[in-house]
Amino acid sequence: MIFLSNLVNGISLGSIYAIIALGYTMVYGIAKMLNFAHGDVIMVGAYIAFCALQYWNLPPVLALIVAMLVCTALGITIEGLAYRPLRQAASLAVLITAIGMSYLLQNLALLIWGPNPKSFPATTMMALPTFSLFGGKLNISGVTLVAILANIVIMLVLTTFISRTKVGKAMRCVSEDRGAAELMGINVNRTISTTFAIGSALAAVAGILLCSAYPTLMPTTGSMPGIKAFTAAVFGGIGSIPGAMIGGILLGVIEILGKAYISTELGDAIVFAVLIIVLLFRPTGLLGKPIREKV
Amino acid sequence: MSEQKLPLLKVKDLHVYYGAIHAIKGISLEVFEGEIVTLIGANGAGKSTTLNTIAGLLKPRQGSIVLDGVPVGGTSASKMIYKGLALCPEGRRVFQQMTVKENLEMGAYSRPNSEIEDSLADVFARFPRLKEREKQIAGTLSGGEQQMLAMGRALMSKPKLLMLDEPSMGLAPILVDQIFEIIQELHASGATILLVEQNAQMALSVADRAYVLETGAISISGTASSLLHDDKVRKAYLGN
Repeated sequence: MIFLSNLVNGISLGSIYAIIALGYTMVYGIAKMLNFAHGDVIMVGAYIAFCALQYWNLPPVLALIVAMLVCTALGITIEGLAYRPLRQAASLAVLITAIGMSYLLQNLALLIWGPNPKSFPATTMMALPTFSLFGGKLNISGVTLVAILANIVIMLVLTTFISRTKVGKAMRCVSEDRGAAELMGINVNRTISTTFAIGSALAAVAGILLCSAYPTLMPTTGSMPGIKAFTAAVFGGIGSIPGAMIGGILLGVIEILGKAYISTELGDAIVFAVLIIVLLFRPTGLLGKPIREKV
Repeated sequence: MSEQKLPLLKVKDLHVYYGAIHAIKGISLEVFEGEIVTLIGANGAGKSTTLNTIAGLLKPRQGSIVLDGVPVGGTSASKMIYKGLALCPEGRRVFQQMTVKENLEMGAYSRPNSEIEDSLADVFARFPRLKEREKQIAGTLSGGEQQMLAMGRALMSKPKLLMLDEPSMGLAPILVDQIFEIIQELHASGATILLVEQNAQMALSVADRAYVLETGAISISGTASSLLHDDKVRKAYLGN
């Protein structure tokens, strides 16, 4: 029963990783860059929700919406100011810019909210009961279930969006062949901007879920989950949306089970060791497409 | 040829650079409505560069491009299709992971949704093979089918001017014949086409007029039939 409880917790944590991993994977798939500032957008989202609940006394739903809106605007701004001017630059320049952007966001948060950890009002954000199953042997908190449900809903909506809508199809075109997409009349810059907007809005959702489950909020709160979600995206096959989901969930489960049964201290190390092993045997990740030479 | 009519496409003194390399050195050409005009020349003469520049994928350093009376030089590629110009690029560049139908729909991205069904029916009527493979992933099509898809996709935008870049490249002879038959059918139905080809023989046999490109400049121009019988052209490009 403890195993089952660990498993559910792992899936829940993994769901949060999966939502963050979507941001990495979509941006990579469409803009062909790794946005290492993505983890810090999560942190900003959590701080905004914190302020909305604590200082502005907004109801949880509004706090979520405000956090999503702020992160969307932040994502579009980051892309437009920092990455767009580097569209033709070498990928290393873009990568370093992204790392710089990550530090900029962390330090801005330090400046605005100070170095002391804030206690995220998790019970205000999600006033949900804990579910008891099997006569109290298995307890699942409300946040755990919300994270899993949120992940499922987001995946379904996003997959439909990408496969059915005109904007979604334009994203797939840009992802495959930027030049050919332009010839179709697709505005590549606007498409990339939209991708950042979606990824950043999801980062806000992930930030709130994360801080509702682990309610300590600091300027560096986003970095570790960010790196793990990036790992999840690579694990599942970067650029693939189902890959992000599978990679995220597997990573969460491995982390929780590793901490429970192997070693609490080594939990994170186990996560990254698994990544290394997977990449040794499948360099493109679980669902990644094999790299094909263009004819 | 009606000399008093304005050309649909008028390119004047076009200069294009790749970094420090002067790739196109002052090309001027005209395409009139309903014509097939072909640009022929050796590898690296600048044929594709010329088309890519007209399509907005490359920026000219100097010179003017006028489409249907509107100056369009320097307009970005994503806006050119809204001005009535479609390029079917070299190497086809269909969206490999999308279905045939999705590829065609993307071709009509610039047009209102209500008109897509109409264009789709037109393209399927012209390319019955594509209709049969409607739901197939484009990457699994044969080279000839992918070329048809790329041409169909370009036609989906109902362009005033269709530019075809090496449509016969890498295709078996029987498919080359088929592609040129389609080009002739398009011509018969009134389409205006600017065709770039390495297969000079085929290109000259379907075109009205032709320009020969040599290291970034036009060396010979005239009606296609006169070029077919020009000794220099025969020696250099037709192999006899």
